[in-house]
Amino acid sequence: MLLDSVCLSQRPKLRFNSKIAEILASPRQSVPMESFSQNPSLWQPNRQASQQTDLLVRSILGLFSFVSVATTAGIVLTLFFETVDFFRVIPIWRFFSETRWTPLFASAQFGIIVLISATVLTTSIAIAVALPLGLLSAICLSEYASPKVRQILKPALEVLAGVPTVVYGYFALLFVTPLLQKIIPGLQGFNALSAGMVLGIAITPLIASLSEDAIYAVPRSLRDGSYALGATKRETIVSVVLPAALSGIVASVILAVSRAIGETMIVAIAAGQNATLGLNPLVSTMTMTAYIVQVSLGDTPAGSIAYQTLFAVGTTLFVMTLGLNVFSFWFVRRFREKYD
Amino acid sequence: MQSPTAVLSARSVSVYYGSSLAVRQVSLDIPRGEIVAFIGPSGCGKSTILRCFNRMNDLVASARVEGQITYNDRDLYGPKVDAVAIRSRIGMVFQRPNPFPKSIYENIAFGARINGYRGNMDELVEGSLRRAALWDEVKDKLRDSGLALSGGQQQRLCIARAVAIQPEVILMDEPCSALDPISTLRIEELIKELSGDYTIVIVTHNMQQASRVSDRTAFFNAEATDAGSKVGYLVEYDRTERIFHEPAQEATRDYVTGRFG
Amino acid sequence: MLFNPQLERRYLWDNLFASATWIATGLAILVLLVLLADVLLDGSPRLSWQFITSLPSRKPELAGIAAALGGSIWLLVLTALIAFPIGVGAGLYLEEFSIESWWSRLIEINISNLAGVPSIIYGLLGLQVFARWMQPLTGGRSVLTGALTLALLVLPVIIVSTREALRTVPDGLRQAGFALGATRWQVVSAHVLPLALPGIMTGTILALSRAIGETAALITIGALTFVPFIPNNPTSPFTALPIQIYNWVSRPQQGFHVNAAAGIIILMVVLMMMNATAILLRNRFQKTLT
Repeated sequence: MLLDSVCLSQRPKLRFNSKIAEILASPRQSVPMESFSQNPSLWQPNRQASQQTDLLVRSILGLFSFVSVATTAGIVLTLFFETVDFFRVIPIWRFFSETRWTPLFASAQFGIIVLISATVLTTSIAIAVALPLGLLSAICLSEYASPKVRQILKPALEVLAGVPTVVYGYFALLFVTPLLQKIIPGLQGFNALSAGMVLGIAITPLIASLSEDAIYAVPRSLRDGSYALGATKRETIVSVVLPAALSGIVASVILAVSRAIGETMIVAIAAGQNATLGLNPLVSTMTMTAYIVQVSLGDTPAGSIAYQTLFAVGTTLFVMTLGLNVFSFWFVRRFREKYD
Repeated sequence: MQSPTAVLSARSVSVYYGSSLAVRQVSLDIPRGEIVAFIGPSGCGKSTILRCFNRMNDLVASARVEGQITYNDRDLYGPKVDAVAIRSRIGMVFQRPNPFPKSIYENIAFGARINGYRGNMDELVEGSLRRAALWDEVKDKLRDSGLALSGGQQQRLCIARAVAIQPEVILMDEPCSALDPISTLRIEELIKELSGDYTIVIVTHNMQQASRVSDRTAFFNAEATDAGSKVGYLVEYDRTERIFHEPAQEATRDYVTGRFG
Repeated sequence: MLFNPQLERRYLWDNLFASATWIATGLAILVLLVLLADVLLDGSPRLSWQFITSLPSRKPELAGIAAALGGSIWLLVLTALIAFPIGVGAGLYLEEFSIESWWSRLIEINISNLAGVPSIIYGLLGLQVFARWMQPLTGGRSVLTGALTLALLVLPVIIVSTREALRTVPDGLRQAGFALGATRWQVVSAHVLPLALPGIMTGTILALSRAIGETAALITIGALTFVPFIPNNPTSPFTALPIQIYNWVSRPQQGFHVNAAAGIIILMVVLMMMNATAILLRNRFQKTLT
C-alpha cells in the first residue's frame, strides 16, 4: 500500500527506475484490512481476481501495442524477401545500370532510374509549387493574419489536406491539364507538369502547417530584439524569425518531399503510364508509384517477375522515403536552436 | 517644467492594455547624457513606461498610450513619426539576453545593415564589441553563434548590438535580472562607461544597482484598483542620492530602506 | 551621415512581402474552391437516386455507385472494428500501463516512422500477407483484406490521438482511484477511459476518414475495379468509392468522367459527414473537461 502511493506520486520518474518497476509489475502483497474495519465480514474484496484481470488486460494491451512493431517488421520483411527473389533472377547491376524500364516486354529491361527520374521530376515540380505557397502561407497565418482571419484560413487549409488524392488526380487530369494546354501548345494529355503542380497543392498544407509550428515556436524576445534595432516587420521575419525557425522549416520540406515521392493517385491518373527516361515535364511519364498501380491493375500471378518487380520498386520507394523521414528527424534534433 | 536639456520627456502619460489602466499620469524628463534608473515593486509599470519611449508598445495590439511623450521636443506619437525610425535612434536591451541565432558578427551587423550603414562593417563590429567590453573575449570566434556565449557575454553582445547603430538613447529593461553577480558587475561598469556618449534609462528591481549606476532615480509604486488589477504611478523622481538619502515621500523612504512589502 | 535608413524603400518591400504572403494563402484556398466548384459543376447533373442505387455498367449513363458505396461501407465498418480496439488498446498500454521505457520509446519511434510510410507500401504488405499468405482466412483479394490493410494504415493515427486524449485526463483522477485501492485497470476502465472517450472517438473518425479516401493501398492489394455486386460477406471481392472513381477517371469516354465527378461528390459528402461528427464530438469533449 505504502509502496503504491510512493510509486504513484513519482510516476514520471518511475519509467527510468527499473527496480521499482519490477516490484510494481510483480503481484502485490495484500495488507490485512481487518484492523481498519470494525466488521471484517463486510469487507471481502477479491483482490486476487482483480489483480488477475489487471494482468490479463495488461498482457492483451501489450500485445496490441506490439501490432505497430509487427507492421514495420512485416513491411521490411515482405519487401526484403520478394526483392531478394527478384535480384536472384535479375542481377542487381541491371536494376541500377539499365536505362529502359520494360519488365513486361519480351526484351525486358529493368532500369529503375527510368521510374526514379519520373518521380524526381514530379516531386521537383511539386516542391517548386508547395515550398513558396506553403512557406508564405505559414508566414501569413502566423505573422500577418489577425486571430479572426486565421480561424477561417487555417481550417480551409486543413480541408485542402483532407481532400482524397484520387480527387486531386481527377482535378489534375480533367481541369488543370486542359487549362494548361491552352497556354502550352505541346502539352500532352498525360504529363508530369500538371500532375506535379497538383501534387504540390496537395502537399502545401503539410509545409504550411509544420512551418507555422516552427515559426510560432520562435520566442517573442527575438522579434523584440529585432524591432528594437529599427527593423521593419519584413526585415524581422526574413532576417530573424525565419533563420531561427529554419530547422523546423527544412524538416517540413523534407517530409513534404517524402510525401510527394510516395504519393500515388495524382501521378497515376494525370502523369500517365509511359516509362521513358528523361525530365521533360510536358510529356507522359511513369513514376515508381504509378508503375505499382499499373501492375496491380493487371492480373499478375505471384512469383512471376512482374509480381516481384512490385516489391523491388516498393523497396526502392520505401528506402527513399524512410531515408528522408529519418533525415528530417535527425535534422530537427541536430539543428534546433535551444531557447529558454 | 521641461528642462532644456531633456532628450525624452513624458507628460501625463497613461498606458492601457485593452480597457484596463496599467500606468497612470506619469510625467518626467530624461536629461541628455545621464543615467536614469526606474525602480519600484513589480507591477508598478516601470517597464511599461520604458517601452513607451521607443514605441515597443505599438507591437502589443491591445496597448494604448495617452498623454504626450516628446523626443528632442518632437511628439514621439505624432502622426508623421515612424516607429521604425524612432527605434533606430532609441535602442533597447532586454530583460533576458536575446541574441539572434546567428554568428556574433552578424548579430552586430544586422542592425547596421538594415539601417543602411555605409562605413566599414568590420570596423563597426570591432568598435561596437570593444565598446561593450566584449572584443577580447570573442575576437577569435566572430563566426560562432551568439547563442554559444555565456549569459553575461550574451547580454554584452546585445548591448554591443544596440550600440552599433549609434543610437542617442539606450533603454535597458532589467538587463541584469537573468545574470549572476559577477556578470552583473561587469554590465554595471559597462553602463557607467557608456554614460558619457549615450543617454541611458535603466529599469531595475535592484536598489543597490540603481544607487550604484544612476544619476537620477524614479520611484514607481502600484496600487490595487476596485477591479482587482494594479495601477502603477510615479511617486518621486529626483537625483539618485536624494532618493536614497532624503526622499520627499514616505513611500519612497519605506521602499529604499527595505521596509516596503 | 553614416546611416541611410531609406525607410520608404524598405516599407515598399514590406508591403510587397505582406502581399505575397496573402496572395500565396489566397491562391491555395482559391485552388480548393476551384476544385470543389469544378467537381460540383461536372458531377451534379449526374447525381440521382438511380446513380446511387445502380451497379457498375459498361454504359456510363446506366452505371451507378451502389457497389462502390456498399464496398466502402463494408470497409469502414470492418476497419473500425479492427483498428479501434487495437489502436485504443495500444494507446492505453503506452500511456497507462507500460513500465519498460525502452519499449515505449521503441514503439514511439516506430509509430512516427510508420506515419511516414507511403500508403502504397502498406498495399504491398497487404497483398503479400493478407491476400496471399492468409488467403484461406481472408478469401484473398477480399473486403476483409482491404479492411485489414487500411486498419494497419490508420493505426498510428488512432494510437497517437488516443494517447493525446488520455493525457488530457487530469492525473488527480487516477490518484484518487488508486487511493481507494483500485487496480490500474479498474481505474482506467472506470474513470480514465470514459473521460477520454470523446477525444479518442474524434481521432478515430478522422483516421477512418483517411481510410475512406484511400485508393492506392486498395488498388495494390488487387481490389477489383469492375464489381457488379455489393459484398455480402467479409471474404467477398469488392470495390470502393475511390477505386470506382479512379476507374471512371481512367476511361476515355466523357460520360464516365461525369460519373467520376458525381462519385467524388458522394465521397466528399461521406467525408464531410464524418468530419462534422468528429468536430461535434470534439466540441462536446471540450465542454465536459472545462
